Amino acid sequence: MHTSTLIILLLGLMSLAYYFGRKRSLTLVGGKVRDLHSLPSYYGMQTAMWCGIPALILLAFWLSFEESVVTGMVVESLPQEVQNLPPERLDLVLNDVRNLSQGDIVSSTVDQTMQQAADHYTSLMSISHMALFVVALSVAILAGLWAQRTITREQRARNRVEKAINFFLLSSSTLAIFTTVGIVLSVLFESVRFFQQIPVTEFLFGLEWSPQTAIRPDQVGSSGVFGSVPLFAGTMLITLIAMIVAVPIGLMSAIYMAEYASKHFRTLAKPVLEVLAGIPTVVYGFFAALTVAPFFRDLGTDIGLTVSSESALAAGVVMGIMIIPFVSSLSDDVINAVPQAMRDGSYGLGATRSETIRNVIIPAALPGIVGGVLLAVSRAIGETMIVVMAAGLSANLTANPLEAVTTVTVQIVTLLVGDQEFDSAKTLAAFALALVLFVITLALNMIALHIVRKYREQYE
Amino acid sequence: MNNQQQQHKKTMDRVQKGLDRRYRQERHFKWLGLGAIMLGLVFVSFLFITIISNGYTAFQQTYVKLDVFYDPEMIAPIGETDPELLSRANYGGLIKASMRQMFPDVTNRREKKVLYGLISSGATYEIRDAVMNNPELIGTKQEVWVVADDDFDMLIKGHIDLRLPESDRRIKDNQLAWIHDLQEQDRVEKRFNTTFFTAGDSREPELSGIKGAAYGSFFTLLICLTLAFPVGVAAAVYLEEFAPKNRWTDIIEVNINNLAAVPSIVFGLLGLAVFINFFGLPRSVPLVGGLVLALMTLPTIIIASRAALKSVPPSIREAALGVGASPMQTITHHVVPLALPGMLTGTIIGMAQALGETAPLLMIGMVAFIVDVPGSVMDPSAVLPVQIYLWADSPERAFVERTSAAIMILLAFLISMNLLAVWLRKKFERRW
Repeated sequence: MHTSTLIILLLGLMSLAYYFGRKRSLTLVGGKVRDLHSLPSYYGMQTAMWCGIPALILLAFWLSFEESVVTGMVVESLPQEVQNLPPERLDLVLNDVRNLSQGDIVSSTVDQTMQQAADHYTSLMSISHMALFVVALSVAILAGLWAQRTITREQRARNRVEKAINFFLLSSSTLAIFTTVGIVLSVLFESVRFFQQIPVTEFLFGLEWSPQTAIRPDQVGSSGVFGSVPLFAGTMLITLIAMIVAVPIGLMSAIYMAEYASKHFRTLAKPVLEVLAGIPTVVYGFFAALTVAPFFRDLGTDIGLTVSSESALAAGVVMGIMIIPFVSSLSDDVINAVPQAMRDGSYGLGATRSETIRNVIIPAALPGIVGGVLLAVSRAIGETMIVVMAAGLSANLTANPLEAVTTVTVQIVTLLVGDQEFDSAKTLAAFALALVLFVITLALNMIALHIVRKYREQYE
Repeated sequence: MNNQQQQHKKTMDRVQKGLDRRYRQERHFKWLGLGAIMLGLVFVSFLFITIISNGYTAFQQTYVKLDVFYDPEMIAPIGETDPELLSRANYGGLIKASMRQMFPDVTNRREKKVLYGLISSGATYEIRDAVMNNPELIGTKQEVWVVADDDFDMLIKGHIDLRLPESDRRIKDNQLAWIHDLQEQDRVEKRFNTTFFTAGDSREPELSGIKGAAYGSFFTLLICLTLAFPVGVAAAVYLEEFAPKNRWTDIIEVNINNLAAVPSIVFGLLGLAVFINFFGLPRSVPLVGGLVLALMTLPTIIIASRAALKSVPPSIREAALGVGASPMQTITHHVVPLALPGMLTGTIIGMAQALGETAPLLMIGMVAFIVDVPGSVMDPSAVLPVQIYLWADSPERAFVERTSAAIMILLAFLISMNLLAVWLRKKFERRW
């Protein structure tokens, strides 16, 4: 029996409950709505909520514990020597049992006990599903019936329904907090485990990054070095190149849009420029790897320079193109926020437009522009797909933009994509990197938002 | 007097000179601004031109005409038409036989293998399906159009540089001669590439399509929308209409602004740690992808919805409260319906972002190679941007055009979503 069928049935029951609750409230007063405390539909809604919510909560709990309870029962039925296996071996056995029960072919030959366990598992699962079905539906029906019975004409149905809705609204707004807490906890726990194996100082100040760890303890020469400095240097190099591309172009186009462009030109050019912000980053990555990187490499060969085919330059330039619209739209906002009186004053003294812009508007808008640039920097630091597709993999401590460097996000992706075990320093390192990334971008954002907000207040 | 006049003239000269300089600067500055915008526009057009010129050929596919003799010896040796047996017959052999017949002078074993390589391995299944659907074909000889191999296809589309020395090309000289023969006999044709829209991923470029990824994207966005929209709107309503101004709501506000700027890959790690490692949900499924993307788009939706709620004038609230509506009734009957277009616009833009998002999905294992088209939110699947990433990594030249074509499809979706948002805003925009 599918869970979705159950949910659809519950929804159907809820609409029935709504109908009966509403009807009962009306029959109680003989159709004279005025005698009821609330409108009839509120009685209906109240009944529907009683019918649906407890059953859905039960469903959620049941589904989250079903697997572990059933697995426990299957383990008990297994022979003693299997039960005494170390936990990770036992997990493998259980996995085989699960696959077998779903009819998937397992690589090893199927023996009698495994088949029995799989059958046991299947039957327990189907019993559990049936039980869930019966229990959830009866809870829904009983709670709905009870709610419908207890409707009286003085019952404050509207207030109760509104309280429930209010609770939903409140809990929705706290979800953002839970997300942040979830991010911090999930990244922090794994990072702590990483720092138990690798000292924090080595991670933060080590100059060498080579996360290859030995799979067997007796293997030679691959102990793994986790110094993150080259990664952050690479990230900074690419970010710097991106900013060198994005800031002048973005700022100048914002100035032109705000001060020179005719209305017609503005309505035409602005959305086209903003298309750059809407293009998925994987497209930029493809563009960088397919077109820009070979272009730079060929250009380098023509003038006698060796440019790596995964140069920091290509990734940085393409990232800069991606960031242009952020810089330009943020600067556009702050430039437009500069009051007209300041421009008029400057024109009145005989300054030309460009002089006004350079000497009056830019200084006045500077905090806002700086805030916008900081936001763009944090975006560049956290950007993943462009660097994954266009930057290198080997950690390389260099300031030469023609060489390949690697970045923090590239390493997170390469460490976590593919087969992984969650207790090796190699995979845990990704979480430590993510923690630092999170902290850095968060700090940059806080500073940027603070600057932008503080500046805005001056003219309001 | 004369002296004074001279002085005056000197000053005027200097001012004039300075003016020239200043006007020049003014012009330069203006050109600089215009140049910056033009550069931006050049980037946009260059990007689109690159993608389209690389990708438009993927909508066509080369087909080869073969004279296939449905040899009863090979398909149904004892006149058996049992579907079980029919489905396992040697259809590859039929194609090989027909190729041998066309090029009788190819006898070398290795050359034969190269010759058979001109036809895609998918052709076997085409022939099988034809026989399965119509067993009466057995024993007859038919002209059949089958899919050509990707290298053949690339050559026909002119993507293989024939000026290179033979050892540097994927298509060798003997293959060229055969293809030339086939063309002479009018056996080669380019047709609209339906496979691209009806198939899932494949290792063979000519058999790969975007249907699986498109379905995966659809399911992922469905989960994302059903979670993020109600929760986002509810959070916005609470913060804008009910929340008391205190420390707690301040924290929530700052939090939402910060979440909007957290790098997307960090959300992927959250999904990996919480949904996959803690709750034990399977990898690579749209359900987990949708959950992660929902958490990511939530701040966008909340911020847009709050702006929409803010723009509803207080007089409407006061009027509703004045005729005796409860605060909740005021919100649900009057304020939210009026703010809904704005909320929808924000949601569509958030969904468009989610549609193009790749990095967090890599973290939850959506990079697996999946051939089947997913049927539900619990089936392993790829999504469009991840499909693009995977194809971009493939070494075959033919995948370059598929990647570009998939990008074109993705961009078409994104642009139409954004246009929808603009249209909604235009249609429902109200000045109070």
